[in-house]
Amino acid sequence: MRIGVVTFPGSLDDTDAQRAVKLAGGEPVALWHGDHDLGAVDAIILPGGFSYGDYLRCGAIARFAPIMAEVVAAARGGMPVLGICNGFQILCETHLLPGALIRNDHRTFICRDQVLRVENATTEWTSAYDEGQEILIPLKNGEGGFVADADTLDRLEGEGRVVFRYVDVNPNGSLRDIAGITNERGNVVGLMPHPEHAVEDLTGPGTDGLGIFTSALAALTAS
Amino acid sequence: MARVIVDVMPKKEILDPQGKAVHGALPRLGFDGITDVRQGKRFELEVDEADEATLAEVREIAETLLSNPVIEDYSVRVDEAAE
Repeated sequence: MRIGVVTFPGSLDDTDAQRAVKLAGGEPVALWHGDHDLGAVDAIILPGGFSYGDYLRCGAIARFAPIMAEVVAAARGGMPVLGICNGFQILCETHLLPGALIRNDHRTFICRDQVLRVENATTEWTSAYDEGQEILIPLKNGEGGFVADADTLDRLEGEGRVVFRYVDVNPNGSLRDIAGITNERGNVVGLMPHPEHAVEDLTGPGTDGLGIFTSALAALTAS
Repeated sequence: MARVIVDVMPKKEILDPQGKAVHGALPRLGFDGITDVRQGKRFELEVDEADEATLAEVREIAETLLSNPVIEDYSVRVDEAAE
């Protein structure tokens, strides 16, 4: 199964995401923001980093990158799409996911190994986990505070679309401790923490992040 | 030539950590009378003519790119001094 990873100017974690796909058993495909070509991939990852220098707002300019027209169409057609950190910000700016990410409430960049609770294990990116399972994933961001109006938050909770929640500590002021969400269909998932940094014991706090990538591969194999 | 100004501000109910940081610095400088600070962005768009069609276009730009309606409000005005 081919999983594309889009590189924008300023992407940082694209090669880590590609590596995670490979370790999970998939075939990573490098995609370029300036192309109108998804390279016949089966799923797409928008990686972490600082696309376009985070100018204007995080993800605001990447949203209008040429390849995003194809990404949005594919996501609406049901293709699994994952946004990690800056990728999550891009998905919110694109309105594939509701809400927005704002500067951390404590105003400092945070980098820590963070415990998350998997709240929804039925999405295309989380089926390898059990509902309620706690996983340890690195988190690193300056603008990771998830916000949305109360109605949107209630709808997300009511429809089971909160996918990950911060446990023990809320690291960035995210409303209702939300770390990741999904769309109505469950094929688009965005989260601030970095599962691609938790795929090997040597380079991360464990391998809890691997399930994100094996979930998508399993969903694609089954379909 | 004319100049159109777009002001973008965080919505009232959205936390503004940058404004809070600025506000927090003021007492250290001896300014004690400021009760709150909100920080936004100002865009200056140069146009040939600030007619209704152009302003409509600027409003669309403000809505789609310059601001994120989920967290920000914008206002559009013509800079009379620039004409």
